[in-house]
Amino acid sequence: MNALIEVRGLDKAFGGVHAVEGVSFSVQAGQVYSVIGPNGAGKTTLFNLISGLYTPTSGEIRLNGESTARLEPNQLAERGLCRTFQQMQICMNMTAIENVMLGRHLKLKSNLFSTLFRLPSLLRDEQACRQRAKELMEFVGCGEYLDTDASAMSYGALKRLEIARALAAEPTLILLDEPAAGLNATETAALEVLIRKIAVQGTTVMLVEHDMKLVMGISDHLLVLNYGRVLADGTPAEIRQNPDVIAAYLGG
Amino acid sequence: MLNRFMQSRLRGLMVLAVILFSLPVFLSNPFHYELATQMAIIAGTVVGLNLLVGFAGQISLGHAGFFGLGAYFTGIMTGHYGWSAIPALVVGAILVGLIAWIVGRPILRLKGHYLSMATLAVGFIIAIIINNERQLTGGPDGMPVPVFDVFGWELSPFGTYSLFGIELNGSEAWYLFAAAVLLVAVWLAQNLIDSPIGRALRSVHGSEVAARVVGVNTARYKSLVFVISAVYASVMGGLYAHFQGFITPAVASFDFSIVLITMVVLGGMGSTMGVILGAVVLKLLPQILTHFQEMEAVMFGLILMLTMIFMPKGLLPTLQMAVSKRLKRRAGGQQ
Repeated sequence: MNALIEVRGLDKAFGGVHAVEGVSFSVQAGQVYSVIGPNGAGKTTLFNLISGLYTPTSGEIRLNGESTARLEPNQLAERGLCRTFQQMQICMNMTAIENVMLGRHLKLKSNLFSTLFRLPSLLRDEQACRQRAKELMEFVGCGEYLDTDASAMSYGALKRLEIARALAAEPTLILLDEPAAGLNATETAALEVLIRKIAVQGTTVMLVEHDMKLVMGISDHLLVLNYGRVLADGTPAEIRQNPDVIAAYLGG
Repeated sequence: MLNRFMQSRLRGLMVLAVILFSLPVFLSNPFHYELATQMAIIAGTVVGLNLLVGFAGQISLGHAGFFGLGAYFTGIMTGHYGWSAIPALVVGAILVGLIAWIVGRPILRLKGHYLSMATLAVGFIIAIIINNERQLTGGPDGMPVPVFDVFGWELSPFGTYSLFGIELNGSEAWYLFAAAVLLVAVWLAQNLIDSPIGRALRSVHGSEVAARVVGVNTARYKSLVFVISAVYASVMGGLYAHFQGFITPAVASFDFSIVLITMVVLGGMGSTMGVILGAVVLKLLPQILTHFQEMEAVMFGLILMLTMIFMPKGLLPTLQMAVSKRLKRRAGGQQ
């Protein structure tokens, strides 16, 4: 079976520091695949490489068998990859629902003529887009904020909003970078339910997360990074037993 | 509620229309009309510039260059080659759009101060060309521009016209025409902002990274908005040339670029009605400040500085916030 994401010998150096070094793994479609590791292990760098924000120093990433080396983030989005950020990237100059509608950018035909003259075809598309965005906001649990300015929303709500925006693109693979960071226990529980719902719908989820309870609960597969290298790779049960991981990370 | 009323798109346009078309009540002589017409034309330019600066978060310190190109292209084609004004405006706008696209592609990769410097240079180059091409532009002495016409029908500041049975002199007619053009400019700008393209543009400002990962080709959208704002400037520059009847390289000067960007910042970046207010205030201030005679420039600078310190979001957004806060407080007090 072909892997959705296949990473071979991936390397990223910043000056003399190898943030990611010789990393190889593959993600099967439909999995919840988590990347864990101590701070500075290179998890976010790995996500930035996969989503095209960084160019690898060496090594290769294949998305559905196609090398992503020359692809810009927006071209990766066209191929079904979308993500959220640890440092949230919300457009604070828009309302909540506009942020989600932005996520549907690629699904909308944007024609300058029909835009400038606000033709009925555009209005119909916009109406449908807004409806879909509204459903997604309800799905992630921030349906009460529709026309609130993003700048007036709470941290937890913005985190969910960012997931809704990523989902609006109808990705086949969604990368969530520390979605539970800064959330309280109730919010984290809600997040766990949400990630399960996303996975059930058939979207492959890649997750960077520090909350071990959350990660162990929902992941099909785990990749453990330490100092930019792969320390272990396996199912949650295998990872729990792995002596290297226990020594380096879980602190057993 | 007033806040909601001001923000809603069509209502904003209607308020603007009411203001524009009731303004003649307060205008008593041709000089007033001339000032009001210039305001409307420059406000239209600033509405276009605001798309680039206020919504897409980019900057142009050379926008007078595009205004000047539009003005001179129209002037040259109607003056030297006998074109009618409309085709001159349209072809001029297309050419300026093309130039903006060609220079925009490379320079819009730059960010912040570097982009400022690059656009500044574009403006300078255009101004230098206009100054040097004496045979075509008359050089620093400027050139006369024929009366505006719509395929033979002429609109001159010195003519007399009748509209729906009302007698209008030329300056009144020009004002109404410029006001109508401004309304169309605002309508188009608002349509653009409130659309998928508009969201993509605003996302470039809000978070370029977010824009890219959801699939926005940010380079393309930056070019697009740069071209659109240049086309606005070109058309308005062309109208300005016809209205004035005489243009000098001052229309493409660095000083004028700075005036344009100041109008955007003063009025309120990202607020279409705000930047129109910015244009009006900045055009009116020198008239009011003439009482201060030699202190005029000092007062002008002082007012700008104080506004930016106490109203960093610009005139209109600050006023809107103050009004909505008051209304909220009053509503709270009643409960």
